[in-house]
Amino acid sequence: MASEKRLQIKTLIMVLAMVVCAVTGDLLLKRGMSEAGAVQFTGSGLGQALVHMATSGMIWLGIVFLLGFMATQMTVMSWADYSYVMPAGAFGYALQTFLAVVVLHEVVSVKRWIGVLLICVGVVLVGQTKPRTTEAATAVEKAVASC
Amino acid sequence: MLTVLLLFVLICGSTGGEIAISHGAKKTGEPKRMRPWEVLVFIGQVMSNGWFLLGIPLMAASFFALLILFSWHPLSFVIPISALSYVVGALGAKYLLKEEVNAARWAGVILVCAGVALVAAG
Repeated sequence: MASEKRLQIKTLIMVLAMVVCAVTGDLLLKRGMSEAGAVQFTGSGLGQALVHMATSGMIWLGIVFLLGFMATQMTVMSWADYSYVMPAGAFGYALQTFLAVVVLHEVVSVKRWIGVLLICVGVVLVGQTKPRTTEAATAVEKAVASC
Repeated sequence: MLTVLLLFVLICGSTGGEIAISHGAKKTGEPKRMRPWEVLVFIGQVMSNGWFLLGIPLMAASFFALLILFSWHPLSFVIPISALSYVVGALGAKYLLKEEVNAARWAGVILVCAGVALVAAG
């Protein structure tokens, strides 16, 4: 029972780290791509977009945060179910909304608050289930994977 | 038509890639302790796994689809539709990863999917 609780706490801490990296990364990418304007779906248009992506500091910083997101996601998925981690990660949308109200003093629509409420209820429901429902990797699998 | 194709690549690429990486991470086994060095060694092991190498191109395709969609459409259009990836991901977890997706987890996934769509549209 204690190990089950410990597993849940460890999973939630990693999911929170994952959410912070994802929210920051997405924000930076959106800003970076908005600076470039609409990408034209032609050879030269895609080429220009690639040059912009490769030279934009905002996009590189966004990529660094998304790499952090990927590292935390890989780590948590080594013990927790994908179907547990993925919806729990949606808490990021709720976090974004809370930050918009508390830090930026933005006015948030009723529709968005209902969405936040649905996400929170959904995350709580998923959180009630066992983080892991599949077998642990066997010693043989671990040895093969590390080769 | 191109938008529909890119949304398909966005949803199936990200969920397919995450499912492959999740499978690879489970096959590697979790780090014994959450020390930075041990986590880095674990990530190195996952990255040398064939499942990871399958997942990366799928996620890269999804990433470029996302960048192009962001430049064509507002966030309030792209994110609500991409929320379908929660349902697609749960189906993949159930049928490909053989996870036990019980009624509570399904209800949570559907609420999260609807909630994300509303937040982005709002």
